[in-house]
Amino acid sequence: MKKRVKRHEKEEGNADIFMSALKTTVPVFLGYIPLGMAFGFLLDGAGYHWIYAFLMSLLIYAGSGQFLAVALLAAGAGLSEFVIATLLLNLRHAFYGLSLLEKFSGVGKIKPYLIFALTDETYALLTTTEVPEGGSKARFYFYVAALDHLYWIIGSVLGAVLGSLLNLNLEGMSFVLTALFVVLTIEQYFNSSVRFPFAAAVGAGVLSLVLFSPDNMLLMSIIMGTLILMGREKMMQGNTHVNKGIKAHAAVKPVEDITWRKNDD
Amino acid sequence: MMTDALQMLGTIAVIALATFATRVLPFLCFNSREPPAVLSTIEKNLPPMILLLLVIYCLKDVEWLAAPYGIPELFTIGVVAGLHFWKRNAMLSIFTGTGLYMALVQFNVFSFV
Repeated sequence: MKKRVKRHEKEEGNADIFMSALKTTVPVFLGYIPLGMAFGFLLDGAGYHWIYAFLMSLLIYAGSGQFLAVALLAAGAGLSEFVIATLLLNLRHAFYGLSLLEKFSGVGKIKPYLIFALTDETYALLTTTEVPEGGSKARFYFYVAALDHLYWIIGSVLGAVLGSLLNLNLEGMSFVLTALFVVLTIEQYFNSSVRFPFAAAVGAGVLSLVLFSPDNMLLMSIIMGTLILMGREKMMQGNTHVNKGIKAHAAVKPVEDITWRKNDD
Repeated sequence: MMTDALQMLGTIAVIALATFATRVLPFLCFNSREPPAVLSTIEKNLPPMILLLLVIYCLKDVEWLAAPYGIPELFTIGVVAGLHFWKRNAMLSIFTGTGLYMALVQFNVFSFV
């Protein structure tokens, strides 16, 4: 009897976690549907059956990577070209994992899926939003990652199936992802007392925007920014112990507030 | 027909593996051993930097030298940021910004510049 009550409570808790994951991912939903549709539409236009849009979104699940794949398919590229282009385009994800080593430890058997589903948007949400109070970290992360994945699959299949049938004017809707990144950047700003990463990002970002092609700029800017952060760290370490104490305090504080929740009332 | 399908499936599998490889790399490298000191000190500084870089990345296709000179994008980002600093309500900031941007580009509001 006791056991059953406990299980019931647990299920209710899960429903709560699912609901807050659903709320957290609404902006990604609104961004992934039109973007996914654009991808599906492109693949359809290149003469491929919609099942491939489904399979690619299910198994690859990388926005810009899939757009690149359509371009390479259309150009009749060889397998090695697919591999090299994909590795280069997605290498930035290796940097994402670096800052999630700790967060992803102890999430159990879903860890491989969380790693697989680590898109820009999911990374942004997981690093910035806090797990609902009393909820399981693993479940919350899984719901966020899986919901984002689902939106992307739905969008791409819709785009491939409906294709040109649908003539909705969604121009500008994918700006929702830009707005999401802006908001999450400001949340990072509130949640942490360190300011240097923002300066490094502006420097590396603007420089990469000027120097590199749109396809390469994100990876190059992340490498450049990381080098700047490392260089500064080295310089700081050269200073006295006093600085070390200050640095310890300057580290990122835990997130204290979930803005998403403010909409509850 | 059949070989085409098999070739496509093979290509998808290869892209999927390459994508997963980039994502799993740090977890494989630092699964059993500690990351080097310099990495763990900057680890906490990576998310704020990467998020701001993602914002800048969203501007990658803006044509700065042709009308409307990226004004709709910069203007809307300014509105989203201002609104968020003021109200700190994520949904409000994101949806106001997106609605505003869609209106700006669909009605070509900045066509006078």
